[in-house]
Amino acid sequence: MSKRSGKLRLREGAAGYAFMSPAIVVLGCFLLLPILYAVFLSFHKVNLLGEVSYKFSGTANFERMADDTRLWIALRNTCKYALIVVPSQTLLALVLASILNMKLKFRNFFRVAYYLPTVTSSAVLVLIFMWIYNSNGLLNYLLDLVGLPTYNWLGDPNVALTGIMVMNIWSTAPLFMVIYLAALQDIPESQYEAAEIDGAGAWKKFWRITVPQLKPVTFYVVVMGIIGTFQLFDQSYIFSAGSGGPNNATLTMVLLIYQYAFKNLDMGYASALAFLLAVVIMLITVVQRLLFREEKLN
Amino acid sequence: MRQAVRRFRPLVYVILGIYAVITFIPFLWALSASFKPLSEIVSGGMHLIPKHFTLDNYKTIFRQEPLFMRWFLNSAIIALSVTAFNLLFNSMAGYALARIRFPGSGLMFYSILGMIMIPGQLTIIPSYLIIKELGWLNSYQAIIVPMAAQATYIFMMRQFFINFPKELEEAAELDGLGRFGAFFRVVLPLARPALAAQTIFIFMGAWNEFLKPLMLMSDKAMFTLSIGLNTFKGQYISFWNYIMAASIIMTLPALLIYIFFNRFFVQGITFTGGK
Repeated sequence: MSKRSGKLRLREGAAGYAFMSPAIVVLGCFLLLPILYAVFLSFHKVNLLGEVSYKFSGTANFERMADDTRLWIALRNTCKYALIVVPSQTLLALVLASILNMKLKFRNFFRVAYYLPTVTSSAVLVLIFMWIYNSNGLLNYLLDLVGLPTYNWLGDPNVALTGIMVMNIWSTAPLFMVIYLAALQDIPESQYEAAEIDGAGAWKKFWRITVPQLKPVTFYVVVMGIIGTFQLFDQSYIFSAGSGGPNNATLTMVLLIYQYAFKNLDMGYASALAFLLAVVIMLITVVQRLLFREEKLN
Repeated sequence: MRQAVRRFRPLVYVILGIYAVITFIPFLWALSASFKPLSEIVSGGMHLIPKHFTLDNYKTIFRQEPLFMRWFLNSAIIALSVTAFNLLFNSMAGYALARIRFPGSGLMFYSILGMIMIPGQLTIIPSYLIIKELGWLNSYQAIIVPMAAQATYIFMMRQFFINFPKELEEAAELDGLGRFGAFFRVVLPLARPALAAQTIFIFMGAWNEFLKPLMLMSDKAMFTLSIGLNTFKGQYISFWNYIMAASIIMTLPALLIYIFFNRFFVQGITFTGGK
């Protein structure tokens, strides 16, 4: 009996590893190994010419960051970007989701329609917006029509980042809208009915029931939004043809890492920057997970 | 109270309508430009319906840029292979984590959870160096193999299989099917909703991927459509009619998939988003 169950357990173990093996190989070689490699690279000076060679450089890569003016510009751009984009897209998503949550006709049509930008490739979206933003483009035409000042959206360092922000709010808000919508549908109808009996109006119900119930989801949406802004790359790369211009106005953290790694071939320093960015993002994620868990328990 | 809601209803529809216009205008404007001759675009007439409707822009991009068709094929080959591998590998791994007791399974589950939190930017440079060392630069496998299994969807499949009725597998085992037989003949066909949601997300992700082909493909013939489009823009600066036609071609496959499978999107988002 015990012999049989031992054999069975062996067979189960073999099946388990057989099922896992493709994932283990892929994630091991192209996720775990690169993570260790990234840490290694961060502490080395990498020479790519000819045979790849490494020279241990201690914390030199990290010390270099303090004097790197372009890093500070990228950080400032990212913060500015996050401060405007995250609240705007969260609010827009919440408003759209609340409206769609009313029992309306064509609700499904609107939901499907609004979601369209999130499935479109960032490369395509940037090109479309560049076409709308160009000096003789649709946006300037519309602004002129209502008597507002027009801008050289692509070339003026004062507004270039704003152009990407608007596009980003427009294209990510629908994703969060869908998340909000799912959460709204989870709020028990009975809570609203009880409030109605107490004579609460629509506005009061929204502030007293909907907003508090959505707190965990809002937290999730805000954190995901912040992480997304830290990872901004495609948009500013295409917008500025890889330069982060005009005058570094669209330089982001990931674009800076890309430039150091593949334009300057300074893989060590680029890895150190990526390492730092990853630590920041992971800290944000961990804090979100912990707070979210507590929120659930209460 | 009810009456107040009814009174507001037209206003609500107006808001919804306006936002629908805001969503559609960029796409319609791009579509319209793709059917306009350049002369009409530069003359500055701001009308949505082309005055001189033409298909020349589409013909020209295929004729003048002989690699355009190749880029389209590259994108398709990569996106389809990545999707196929992920469906298979993520389901197998998710199933093992949900159903099979094997030494180390707990550790593996927590590793998968940890990997979901690792931002991709960390692995860009080392992955590039590894792929270069393997001699894979400018090859399909450079993008396909590293993307062939993804921790997020392994987790998603595990959650799906954990709620899956056990009786079916037990019946399959009584019929003499082993673990593999039961998985491929019984479990996988019943996992269709989860597989559909996964298909859409992974296909879209691979089709729209920008950074990976940008760093791994330097040979123009190996570009994907997203990178090709970017060089195309550099080459045909201010030929917005061509650029918009090319953009529309890139959007179409993703758009069609979205229109046909949009209900799975919502399932998938609420599944991965809500946790």
